[in-house]
Amino acid sequence: MSKEKLVEIINLKKYFHVGRNEVLKAVDDVTFEIRRGETLGLVGESGCGKTTCGRTILGIYNSTDGQVLYNGQNVHKMSSSEKVKFKKGAQIIFQDPYASLDPRMTIGEIIAEGIDVHFKLKESERIARIDDLLEKVGMNSDFRSRFPHELSGGQRQRIGIARALAVEPDFIVCDEPISALDVSIQAQIVNLLIKLQNQLGLTYLFIAHDLSMVKHISDRVGVMYLGSLVEITESQELYRKPLHPYTKSLISAIPIPDPKVEEERQRIKLEGEVPSPINTPPGCKFVKRCSYAMDICGKVSPELKEVEKDHFVACHLYK
Amino acid sequence: MSSILEVKDLKVSFKTYAGEVKAVRGVSFDLKKGETLAIVGESGCGKTVTAKAILRLLKEPPAIIKEGSQIIFNGENVLKMNKKRLQHFRGGDISMIFQDPMTSLNPTMTIGNQIAESLIIHKKIKKKQAINEAIRLLEIVNIPNAKERIKSYPHQLSGGMRQRVMIAIALSCSPKILIADEPTTALDVTIQAQIIELLNELKREFNTSVVIVTHDLGVVANFADRVQVMYAGHVIETGNKYEIFYESKHPYTWALLNSVPRLDIECKAELHPLKGTPPDLILPLEGCPFASRCEYAMEICLEKKPEETSITDSHRVSCWLQDPRAPKVERPINLGGTTNE
Repeated sequence: MSKEKLVEIINLKKYFHVGRNEVLKAVDDVTFEIRRGETLGLVGESGCGKTTCGRTILGIYNSTDGQVLYNGQNVHKMSSSEKVKFKKGAQIIFQDPYASLDPRMTIGEIIAEGIDVHFKLKESERIARIDDLLEKVGMNSDFRSRFPHELSGGQRQRIGIARALAVEPDFIVCDEPISALDVSIQAQIVNLLIKLQNQLGLTYLFIAHDLSMVKHISDRVGVMYLGSLVEITESQELYRKPLHPYTKSLISAIPIPDPKVEEERQRIKLEGEVPSPINTPPGCKFVKRCSYAMDICGKVSPELKEVEKDHFVACHLYK
Repeated sequence: MSSILEVKDLKVSFKTYAGEVKAVRGVSFDLKKGETLAIVGESGCGKTVTAKAILRLLKEPPAIIKEGSQIIFNGENVLKMNKKRLQHFRGGDISMIFQDPMTSLNPTMTIGNQIAESLIIHKKIKKKQAINEAIRLLEIVNIPNAKERIKSYPHQLSGGMRQRVMIAIALSCSPKILIADEPTTALDVTIQAQIIELLNELKREFNTSVVIVTHDLGVVANFADRVQVMYAGHVIETGNKYEIFYESKHPYTWALLNSVPRLDIECKAELHPLKGTPPDLILPLEGCPFASRCEYAMEICLEKKPEETSITDSHRVSCWLQDPRAPKVERPINLGGTTNE
């Protein structure tokens, strides 16, 4: 894996106005990079802004402030022809395989939509391409003329992947691609994503709340809390040596399928729930639930700092 | 320890236009006092139907509980209870927590009234007393500021809070058995940890027996005493949690344990997903239900359903590999449950 940056996210902010004088800071000043050929995992509890972050990176949402550079080009300031090119390079797989496929289109039509925009192909070539894509995701050409309702959840998610691959992208945002699936099917989809990455040299931003699966698939993992990125590092390192108090409690909350390990584990209890992201007070967002909170935490929001090599954390405990 | 609940040869079918769907096909188990039994399996394997059948919560028709099925609670046959007895039985003797706390609470009633409702019916106490009791229950399930909170409606609470309210309702009449159907699936991990801890505390305090239906093996490892693995309406393996995690005998149990990555093991090996899909429960099943997806399937597996073999007093498995004539198969190296020798 090279260290070449494919996507750079610099001080990205995405605010939603939800009422008079009420601002929901879904993504609040987030900075990180995605390197070519890697899988970057993004984890956090529901409502922490991970999906919004993924969508803003792709330009599906306009940013409130900050930049997203894709191959050095600002995603939010592209001309329309540049945008078409960008969208050929960057694709997304959605969470819900039931809602993200048009029920009135056949599988072939769904996959071909992107092909028709970006490539001029003869009908026979077009069909050959669709069949090739179906084969890549482990399905056969019989499915081409079927409709989404005839497929199971796992099969639908495969179609979602084939659709994303159709335009030969370099970068795919996988937005919770497995959370709607049964455990045994999850492993199939994850294996498929890894296989495709090795074959095609793809770069993934893998958004999920299941930290064990994220750790399995990712090279590096970022942890989000209430719109902020609190920690980002190499995935084994994050588990071995979490630094941010939130990451620590998040890891300790995940039960491990091994009774003897579970009996010996010490849990770090996290009191309360994620506070509302509307009109958040200044300072560190985790301060109310943090057992290490100091005076400064309620006043100044900590910046993301490189504490150890390639291990960034946003917390006043680390100088 | 004596059994508080015995289920014998439970068979449940659903009548549909396409034919009869046999969702549960002869499930037997017992639950001891103070014990926690986990029922695990993929979606559609009959775990929820089994749980609901115990409480007679399935709508009949379309559901049919077949002749010969027995559900015995403290020596009393649940399937023969009359309406009045059933009403007391549900909530009073056994209560249930559902998966989705959003849809299982009444959106038009305050949570205080919802908790009081069952108290008024079962304990025959006055409204005012019931509300006081509701406040006490909310405090037990760690809802802060309970006096104010009882006036809230479900939509004003978060998912974790709603699940706590569900637990408070379930506990209101101190039931002997609590059935929890995927109680944490809809929740975030940190909230899941809180709820599991709460259930553990309540279990210790009230010595309640618990049946937990889940697909999360981590929750099972943490919370259960005994595990029952279901596949296509059958119990294919049952044992205490150490037997299931470290000495399981059924290829399906192996596959389940192998398909989840583990947070504490540094391993980038490929996951082993189960191939194929579970059988269609509308069709008749010949042989072992898992045969079509089983790596170790033999000829006999496709023809004849395997008998249950006892490995120890608590550990039983239905698989032809246990037959003395079958080839010896090593339990595959696990990502899920590394063997602790």
